[in-house]
Amino acid sequence: MTDQPLVPDTKAAPSRLRRALDSDLFYAFRRSPVAMISSAVAVGLILMAVFAPFFAVTNPFDPASLNLMNGFTPPMEPNAFTGETFFMGTDDQGRDVYSTILYGMRISLFVGFSAVLFAVVLGIILGLLAGYYGGWADSFIMRAADVQLTFPAILVAMLIFGIAKGITPVEHRDQMAIWVLILAIGLSDWVQFARVVRGATLVEKNKDYVSAARLIGRGSSLIMIRHILPNILSPVLVIATISLALAIIAEATLSFLGVGAPPTQPSLGTLIRVGQGYLFSGEWWILFFPACTLLALALSVNLLGDWLRDALNPRLK
Amino acid sequence: MTEPVLSIRDLTVEIPTRQGLFKPVRNVTYDIRPGEIRGVVGESGAGKSMTGNAVIGLLDAPAKVASGEIWLKGRRIDNLNAEEKRAIRGKEIGMIFQDPLTSLNPLFTIGEQLVETIQLHLKVSASEARDRALALLERVSIPDPVTRFNQYPHQFSGGMRQRVVIALALCSEPSVIVADEPTTALDVSIQAQVLDLIKELASETQVGVILVTHDMGVIADTTEQVTVMYAGQVVESGSTDQVLSAPTHAYTKSLIAAVPRPQVKLHRFPQVSYGNRETTFKIEDLARNWEQTAPSKSGKLLQVQGVTKKFIEKPAILPSRRRYFTAVDNVSFDIKDGEVFGLVGESGSGKSTVARMIGTLLPTDGGAIQFDGDDITTMEPKALAEYRKQIQMIFQDPFSSLNPRMKVESIVAEPLIHHKLLPPDQISARVRELLDRVGLTREAAAKYPHEFSGGQRQRISIARALATQPRFLICDEPTSALDVSIQAQILNILKDLQEHLGLTMLFISHDLPVVRQMCDRVGVMKQGKLVELQETEALFANPQQEYTAELLDLMPRLAQLSG
Repeated sequence: MTDQPLVPDTKAAPSRLRRALDSDLFYAFRRSPVAMISSAVAVGLILMAVFAPFFAVTNPFDPASLNLMNGFTPPMEPNAFTGETFFMGTDDQGRDVYSTILYGMRISLFVGFSAVLFAVVLGIILGLLAGYYGGWADSFIMRAADVQLTFPAILVAMLIFGIAKGITPVEHRDQMAIWVLILAIGLSDWVQFARVVRGATLVEKNKDYVSAARLIGRGSSLIMIRHILPNILSPVLVIATISLALAIIAEATLSFLGVGAPPTQPSLGTLIRVGQGYLFSGEWWILFFPACTLLALALSVNLLGDWLRDALNPRLK
Repeated sequence: MTEPVLSIRDLTVEIPTRQGLFKPVRNVTYDIRPGEIRGVVGESGAGKSMTGNAVIGLLDAPAKVASGEIWLKGRRIDNLNAEEKRAIRGKEIGMIFQDPLTSLNPLFTIGEQLVETIQLHLKVSASEARDRALALLERVSIPDPVTRFNQYPHQFSGGMRQRVVIALALCSEPSVIVADEPTTALDVSIQAQVLDLIKELASETQVGVILVTHDMGVIADTTEQVTVMYAGQVVESGSTDQVLSAPTHAYTKSLIAAVPRPQVKLHRFPQVSYGNRETTFKIEDLARNWEQTAPSKSGKLLQVQGVTKKFIEKPAILPSRRRYFTAVDNVSFDIKDGEVFGLVGESGSGKSTVARMIGTLLPTDGGAIQFDGDDITTMEPKALAEYRKQIQMIFQDPFSSLNPRMKVESIVAEPLIHHKLLPPDQISARVRELLDRVGLTREAAAKYPHEFSGGQRQRISIARALATQPRFLICDEPTSALDVSIQAQILNILKDLQEHLGLTMLFISHDLPVVRQMCDRVGVMKQGKLVELQETEALFANPQQEYTAELLDLMPRLAQLSG
């Protein structure tokens, strides 16, 4: 076919990293102190949670490392019996609060990320179908979404949690608790993604590049995934970031109410629930440090999401 | 000569960007006298709107006037503070924007908007303001102003809305009006009326008008003085007659030469040579590798027979309760092998709907479309895939017809991959070859669409359309979103395709001079019906229908250029 030797591209395309560092988004990032500080806090906390065994002093899940005599040690004070000192004190069972927070954050983050991922995937699929096909599919999906929106998300999550717990056998309950949490929070959160995706799809599907793909003969699912989806992802990413903060809080709320992570695998919410019992008897640190960690985590992720929304909106520049 | 009402002296506008200081307007100087219409013409990005915005003090931050002066009736206005500028804006300087749809508030009636504006600028009572508003509506030739006074903008047509916008601009009896592309969003027939109105008002009320446009026809018809801008600078300025008949600057010359003439048929569209790096379209290379297909059985490649399309206006569950709007009504025409068939009409006449039905993007509601003897409306999926390989489409808006998240390589490769025309390892080479043939570099393959200009994007569209070696090309207003200079290049490419590759084309446009140059036969559509179908020359020389004659009459002409 080619009647002349093909000249190879001499000028290689700039590397992905180079392009990312050169992008307008990174430029906006470097000029926003809020974005830099909150991302530093968020990334720092996430890294500490992921590599908890390296940062933690003890493993709070290992009963062998616990000493009940260490119980209720105030922060930075030597224990009256053992003489050991704990940076953030210990809880009722003598667990190091600092280490427990790291391991608890692991569970909180895992549940938060997984729940948001689940909600995003579900929301994108249903939103794309509703927006692209319209008609009956649209009415059905969006009415279901409307109905769900009339209940508070936490109530929906509790309902799903309750049903799921009822149908799992007793011996698996503690193991399944985390997965049930993810399912419950994810299912209570898909609606906002579906709405945004549907709206963006309605705009994109009438653009000529979609017509061009249809003219070529591309099938509906391929057009939705390859053509429309990449063009509607940025608002989804923004909501996902803000949702992450909300999902972490939702998990904490459920655990605080006692329907979330079991005390044997405590998340931040479980720690706060345990800690609040001791708040007025003087052992404030058991509640205070987990609560501060939750605040820092949720706030930094939320601020990052807010900043991302503004930075990606050209109208606010 | 009377004193100028507005003087712009050495105006420079700066925008600080990451890449450094960008000056969209550099040392621009011109005057407007009372009752005079000054055209400001140039391609997009030439700085003509930016100058207008600087005059009305509506530069968007971070853009700012860096140097130069603006004088309004002997008073310097460029260095006023925001509050003083606001007092002048609307009061002393009226504005008419491009899109009448967005420049009126949809939640208030026309009357409320007029009265509010009048009361804001002139200290008059409510009833007096109402009388004035009615008089203004009458002045801009809105029929039955008393009824119209209480209606909302959506109850007005585009042309009527633009009249209301003009009335709003006139409310405060301004001394200058800045009209930024006031007719670009309107149909030709309405464009002429609105321009006539502006002309009339200027001479009657002695208001000075800055008319920003990219259309040389509008300049020739409407203005007395013209300023030609290129890349932020004024390249030529003077009386319209003089500039059009004896342009001195090379850019003006090529701009005038590039305007399609309705009177004569030329073989090629003259190009704007100034400042454009000539990009070559290698039609011979393309033709050498083109596999010629056998001519169609009947000599008529496409036969459209009594095609109808209805859109649901009022949905209902019971079919009997639904109401329909007939967008295309029993349209029939044939396109012969190797012919360029033109379809013209105002917006909403159904011409694009016909194109989309031929492209299988919309189902038909009756009638048949036969491609080489086979009816595509009843085709099996397998035959339909074969049909889709043989047709391609070039869309109007080069900014929405390419997926912004896909690299050019994937965009052009998509038809090749879908129809499995080449083994995967040859696709990349083929794409680069196609890009090279349409006058883009091979490196273009690795870039994203936003890195290209409108004209280059349209070339990418053409490369994608040519990838399957189609027999039939649908061009839906392929150049109406482009500047005159680039329009000529794209039209020449399409002409080359038709001549050298024997491509059959359906060419849709509202631009009659372009249609005359491009097409062998032309169909005229009005409100969904095909009202006339003739050979191009015969249609232009001797239109059979009154409607066609009207359309031809409304073409902006460069009287100075005839012959």
